[in-house]
Parts: sequence; C-alpha cells; structure tokens
Amino acid sequence: MFSRDNWNEIIEALSSNWFRTTLTAFGVLWGIFILVILLAAGKGLENGVKQGFGGIATNSMFMWTQTASRPYKGLPKGRRYSFKISDVAAIKEAVPDLRFVSPRNQLGGFGGTNNVVRGLNTGAYNVYGDYPEIIQQEPMDITSGRFVNYSDINEKRKVAVIGDGVRREMYDQGEEVLGSYIKINGVNFMVIGTYKKKGNNGNMEEAQKQIYVPFTAFSQAFNRGEDVGWMAITANDGSSITELKGSIMDVIKSRHSIHPEDDRAVGHFDLYEEFSKINGLFVALKGVAYFVGVLVLLSGIIGISNIMLIVVKERTNEIGIRRALGAGPWKIRGQVLTESVFLTIISGMAGIVLATLIIAGINYMMQGMDTSEMMFANPSVDLQVVMTALAILVISGLLAGLIPAQNAIRVKPVDALRTE
Amino acid sequence: MIEIKDLHKSYKTGGSSLHVLKGINFSVAEGELVSIMGSSGSGKSTLLNILGMLDEADEGTYTLDGVPIKNLNETVAARYRNKFLGFIFQSFNLISYKSALDNVALPLYYQGVKRKERMESAMNYLEKVGLKDWSSHLPNELSGGQKQRVAIARALASDPKVLLADEPTGALDSKTSYEVMDLIQEINEEGRTILIVTHEHDIAQMTKRIVNLKDGVIIDDTLVDQVKAQQYV
Ligand SMILES: Nc1ncnc2c1ncn2[C@@H]1O[C@H](COP(=O)(O)OP(=O)(O)O)[C@@H](O)[C@H]1O
Ligand SMILES: [Mg+2]
Repeated sequence: MFSRDNWNEIIEALSSNWFRTTLTAFGVLWGIFILVILLAAGKGLENGVKQGFGGIATNSMFMWTQTASRPYKGLPKGRRYSFKISDVAAIKEAVPDLRFVSPRNQLGGFGGTNNVVRGLNTGAYNVYGDYPEIIQQEPMDITSGRFVNYSDINEKRKVAVIGDGVRREMYDQGEEVLGSYIKINGVNFMVIGTYKKKGNNGNMEEAQKQIYVPFTAFSQAFNRGEDVGWMAITANDGSSITELKGSIMDVIKSRHSIHPEDDRAVGHFDLYEEFSKINGLFVALKGVAYFVGVLVLLSGIIGISNIMLIVVKERTNEIGIRRALGAGPWKIRGQVLTESVFLTIISGMAGIVLATLIIAGINYMMQGMDTSEMMFANPSVDLQVVMTALAILVISGLLAGLIPAQNAIRVKPVDALRTE
Repeated sequence: MIEIKDLHKSYKTGGSSLHVLKGINFSVAEGELVSIMGSSGSGKSTLLNILGMLDEADEGTYTLDGVPIKNLNETVAARYRNKFLGFIFQSFNLISYKSALDNVALPLYYQGVKRKERMESAMNYLEKVGLKDWSSHLPNELSGGQKQRVAIARALASDPKVLLADEPTGALDSKTSYEVMDLIQEINEEGRTILIVTHEHDIAQMTKRIVNLKDGVIIDDTLVDQVKAQQYV
C-alpha cells in the first residue's frame, strides 16, 4: 500500500495545488493544535495543584481521638480516651494492606508559647515525636545531616531534626548546626539534621518551622507514657485507604470499648478522598479539552472532505483515464483515501509540532520562575496523547475521504472520460 | 478476436429515449485493421466504448478473445481493460502532471509491474514511437502529434490484444495525421488487431476494412485496398 509509487502519486496530486492544499491543511492543524494545547494546559494545572501536595503520600489518612458520643459497656458518653502505642501493632495485624502506620506525638505549635530555647534565642515551634517512616508519608529534603532512624528510636536518643525556618531563627548565618544542642521544654536535644519541605499549600513558612525527634525519646522526655496523639496511616499502592479506613477504626473501637456505631469517637481526615475529588476535576477538564479539540478538528475534517470532493470532481477526467487504463475501483478509492489520510496526518502533525514548540517555549520561560505559588507547572503532552491524536487523525482522514472516494467511482468510465 | 451479436444501446435523456445502436452484428479477426465510419452522431463512439468495456450494451452478446463480456463488475472490467485493451483518444487523454514516460508506464503500474521493469518497458515503447528523447517532458511541452504518439505508446505498454482508437487523428493536421497513421499501420503489421473510429475518408482508406454505420445499423462492410501512409510523410 505504501510503496514509493503510491507516495509519488499522492505527492504529485497534492502538490499540484499547493495553496489550496495548505489552506485545507490549516483546518486540521488548528483543531489538533487546540486539542494538544488544552490537554497540556490541563496537565500544567494538574501538575501545579499536585505539586501543592508536596509529594505527600496521597493514599493516606490522619486519625485522632475524640470523645465517645455513646455510652457502651457500662462506660458513659463524653468519655475521653487516648490511642496507645500497642494500637499500632494491632492495626498492622488486623489490616495487612497498610504500608505505614505511624504513631505521632506533638508539642506546641503556631501561636503557642515559646517552647524551644538555644542560648539567647527562643521560639515557638511544632515538635513531633515520630518514627523514621514519616519522611515517606510527608516528604522533606534533608539539607544536612540525617533524619531520625531506628537506632534513635531503640535507644531513645535525644536527637532532633530541625526545619530550615528553625535554623534561620535560632542560628547565625554560617554557624555550625549539626552537633549543637537545643532545649525543648527544658530538655536538651542534639541537632542531627536539617530539612526543607516542598509544596505550596499556603503555610509553607510554617512547614519549615518544625522539629522532629524520635517518638520514644519524645514520650520519655515529655512523659507521654504509652499514649499516642494521632496517627498517619498510608495504604499499599494497590489498595485505597478510603476502603480500608472502616476496618482500621473498628480495631480502635474494639480496643477502646467504643460503641461499634460511634463514628464520632474517632476523628479522621482522608487525604485520598480529597485527592480523588481534585483528580475528578482534572478528568472533567480533560473531557472538555477533548470535546472542544475534537469539535474544531471536526470542522477541519469537513474542510478536508470538501476539498477532496472538489479534487475528485476536478480530476473526473483523469480518473476516467486511469480506469480506462485498468485502475480498479479499489485502486481509485484507495488513492483518494490515502490522499485524504495523508493530508490529515501531515496537517495534524504540523499542529502537534506547533503546539509542542509553544509548550516547550512556555516551559523554557517558566524554567527560571518559582512555580510553587502559581498553581501551574510543567505543561506537557505525553506520548499517549500524541498517539491518541494520531489515531483520531487517521480515523478522521478515512472518514473525510469516504464520500469523495465513493464519488470518484460513481460515474461510469465513459462519462468520466467525456468530462473536461 | 471480437465477436458481437445483435447489440443494442439506447440513451435515456429526461423522458425520451434515444435508440443509438439497433442490432449490430460483426466480428473482427486477429491482426485486422478496421475503420468504423459514419456521420456524426451515428453511434461510432458508442460502439467503440462498449467494445472497450467503458460502457455497457443493453442487449446482445460480446465476446473478446473467447471471453464473454457480460455483467462484469468494475473490478473485473478494469482488469480486462488493462489486460486486453489499449485506448487511443482524439483528445490524447494524457495525465497532465506526469511525464511522457510516467504516462506510458501507467498501465504497467496498474498491472503491478515493478518500478524498474516498468520504466524500462515504457522507455522501449517511447523509443518505438520515436520519442525516447522526450521521455521526461510533460504533455504540455509536446506537440499534438507527439502527444498522440505518447498515447499510442501507452496503449501498447500493457501489450493488449486490441487497440481501440476513437478519432485518433481528429485533432491533428493532415501531415501529422498521416504520421500517426503510419505508426498505426506499422503496429498493425506486427500483428496487432486495431479498430479505428473516423469520419475521414482518407484515414479510412489507410485501414484494411471499412465498416459503415448509419442509423444504428451497419449498412456496409468492405475490405479496402490499403493506402500506405508512408508515402505521405
Ligand atoms: N451519454 C449520453 N447520453 C445521451 N445521449 C448520448 C450519450 N452519448 C451519446 N449520446 C447520443 O448518442 C448518439 C451517438 O453518439 P456517438 O456514439 O458519440 O456518435 P459518434 O461518435 O458517431 O459521433 C448521439 O446522438 C449522441 O448525442
Ligand atoms: Mg464520436
């Protein structure tokens, strides 16, 4: 089908009227251009918004205790309770599809009283008692030193990883941070690392002003005993935390004598659910892009179909000659169809290339900028989009050529030959 | 080679019907050079088009080289045209954007002959009609006589059983007409069967047999003393 002869025939036919061919091609070029640009813009918006999550493991939930809202097993309503460290192992055992179950304790916070002292400097910071896994649920860049590890946990070392914001407020420029001591609520901790967090969810400033210490050291230093303040739970990639959270809470309820239907006793925030809502938005956006793009493309295709009709009409005599010389109907149809597909693909490719160039240009301009506040980053088209666009082009080229191809062989050869 | 019996053809235009061929019977043997004569509108082209499978008769039988030609679908008709027939038209009907060589090679393209072979073969036929040096020229760079020679080379390219020529000299001055007839006679001498539609007596005299059409029937079918075109060129 795609021998050199066929190509010659097609090129000859299309190049016999360059101006018209170019004008026709423009319709399809424009359609595919709009489709690709819209998809890329949608992707840019998506990247921008997702960047706001700062790489947080989105298949996660946070869980904390509230007060029991129903009496149960002789216990009154309004009762307070606390997660225990043994709950973690129980949850892991009862719900195997979980990747991380991180118990957390917390101290101080935004607007609180000063709780950290270093020499003459004081500050109010969030201090967390954490397990090493937390860095995979709430990613941060370790800018110097290291993060909390299991030796720290096992030996209850009083060490701390401090945020870049803390470092700036508590230390002088260029001062050695690692190995120095800070006093948290009167207890000395040695700084073993500094971090910086990504993301743009509004309180970036605040996110850099946190301090992480080993969970066990925290419990000991601040007399938390077996208590756990809250938990960050992440499901395995194959499962959804939204589906698992029921069973997780059942474990908690049964271990803390809470009525099985007392959902208000366990507070939680399902990150995945929120994330899905945003994802749904982007799916809808993609739908709109395809809708608009395909509609514009459709008008381009009608243009091609139209021009092919004219071309076939103009070449009635030539087609008559070809048939007299022995061109079968499929040969004639095939030629019209390949011409139409070829024209569609060429103009579509031009549209894709043009759109890609513009996107590359935008990316180039955005390179130097800090996109974290823009909700827009790295607009791009993936190969799948290009493939889809190509498939659409081939199909539409065929559709565009169908009627003209049929027209080409509708007249009898003798009548075709008589036409001038 | 050609055998037709009781051939009828009418054209329906609007409400009326025009009966053009009213029962044609004739046959052509291999190697003949026949001219079909008659006044304008007598149905010469209609007959030739039916013989060329470009059009279909309403009634009657047509056998070409022993093959009955009836109710062919377009695919088969196209193959038969390619294999059995070569056409020469009054208006040459060359494809304007193709070189002389590519025009001649076109029937071979539809036969599925490989490009290299095709081009060699086409070049041989161009040489045969004396246009080897013009192979890369486009039709509009050629004179009328040259165009008709290219058309003849193209008609010969697929080595057909029969050449069908509808007023091949109709658009040419008399000197060029004789040159073309000389070429046609030469091709006929090699044994090829040729039918020529013409209304010019001098051209008809250069064939070997004249069939006269009038009012849709053959009124006369005689062998002639062939005049050699060679003496006029
Ligand atoms: N497609 C057609 N539709 C209607 N009438 C036609 C058609 N083709 C030819 N005719 C008529 O048939 C008659 C014979 O035409 P034609 O075979 O071309 O004559 P000739 O070639 O002998 O001059 C003419 O009267 C012509 O007008
Ligand atoms: Mg005629």
